[in-house]
Amino acid sequence: MPDSTMSNLSFFGYRRENGRVGVRNYVAILPVDDISNAACEAVANNIQGTMALPHAYGRLQFGEDLELHFRTMIGTGANPNVAACIVIGIEPDWTQKIVDGIAATGKPVAGFSIEQNGDINTIAAASRKAKEFVHLTSEYQREECDISELWVSTKCGESDTTTGLSSCPTVGNMYDKLLPKGIYGVFGETSEITGAEHLCKDRAATPEAGEKFMKIFQAYQDEVIEPFKTSDLSDSQPTKGNILGGLTTIEEKALGNLEKIGRTSTYIDALGPAEAPEKGNGLYFMDTSSAAAECVTLMAAAGYVVHTFPTGQGNVVGNPIVPVIKITGNPRTVRTMGEHVDVDVSGVLRREMTIDEAGDALIENIRRTANGRLTAAEALGHKEFVMTKLYRSA
Amino acid sequence: MSETPQLLVHHDGDNVGVVVVEDLKAGTDMLCVVTENNTDFRLACHHDVPIGHKVALQDFAEGDTIIKYGQDIGRVVAPAKKGEHIHTHNLKTKRW
Repeated sequence: MPDSTMSNLSFFGYRRENGRVGVRNYVAILPVDDISNAACEAVANNIQGTMALPHAYGRLQFGEDLELHFRTMIGTGANPNVAACIVIGIEPDWTQKIVDGIAATGKPVAGFSIEQNGDINTIAAASRKAKEFVHLTSEYQREECDISELWVSTKCGESDTTTGLSSCPTVGNMYDKLLPKGIYGVFGETSEITGAEHLCKDRAATPEAGEKFMKIFQAYQDEVIEPFKTSDLSDSQPTKGNILGGLTTIEEKALGNLEKIGRTSTYIDALGPAEAPEKGNGLYFMDTSSAAAECVTLMAAAGYVVHTFPTGQGNVVGNPIVPVIKITGNPRTVRTMGEHVDVDVSGVLRREMTIDEAGDALIENIRRTANGRLTAAEALGHKEFVMTKLYRSA
Repeated sequence: MSETPQLLVHHDGDNVGVVVVEDLKAGTDMLCVVTENNTDFRLACHHDVPIGHKVALQDFAEGDTIIKYGQDIGRVVAPAKKGEHIHTHNLKTKRW
């Protein structure tokens, strides 16, 4: 029903205790650390309607890396798509820190620690609480919300030259239409701006935001690329999949990537990884890896509830708490792996569909997804939850 | 005219375009469309070029700059003729 005037756009979501709106209603079982994964998975196995979020880290981290770990854990539990949360850690202190962070949203949250209890007693106590949360939250109802209450993130993956021609400008068109309606947006992928950083700097809403972006971009070059590279990055950026799809250089990839922020949108701030936006509605840049699962996990931890994911060669990523909408314009990908595609914009390459029409089709899919329609990644069981690690643990 | 284009070009000043159909064979007289302004032209493709890969819109010598999206996307490292395939064998980043 693409409505070119887009008046009164709304969706049905779950309003949370802090006023934010979620589009899913999960009871998450969140491990503080790697060695608490087993207990979390056991609780999720005991109690239907819950979901464990196992991950690889959380021990002996320190400094900025530890801060990022806590921010990601707390942000994930605090995300409005999570109705209630059980936190399990090996010891009580860090467990409580994460519980307290999530509790600031007002949502139901409880923590359990394993030392001096053992897995079996911990699992029993956490399962009883999880069952209570499932009964409580399964009665929550969706209510009609204005589109301005939606937080929509973006990151592309397995890009090729068709993403720059079709699926990325489709996301850009969506942002150009919905940001003026009051939504929150975010894009990132610091390494994938290389070659288009001058254009990205120019898209800042203020000189301060542009300088902040350039500082993040330069720090990435100086602190990550230079000390750790063993040759140039031509074997990693573009990826082998990008190259098979026809992308040759990082500059070419970056220019396609930046099509995701449209023609008129400007970003109001540059965020650290998993940092929640604090300057009101609008578009933000976030310092993230360009690896799909890491980036989506960081954006979800910042509070975004729907993700738009343009792909060319067919990245299949999903996220446990955020629906990931796949958009592709590559007709071969539609033909060979169509089960992963939510929005087919291959008509753009045949000149049968304009970018404006493709943007409307994406907006319609975002609304339906927000209303509860499962994405391809959700239906196929993709739940990639990947923490970003800044450096080795102590 | 409802002919489907085989090659799309982002900007007027670009010197490469992108093949947007599968199984393009050498010798095809391609319909090329500039997406920025919807103008079109024809170009013979000299190689079998996979979907998504680039074709030269002019002759290139080593050291030339490839322009796409109206921007510099890297340097030519092996000569290429108009209508030939442009990829990792003759184009390299100026970064990394």
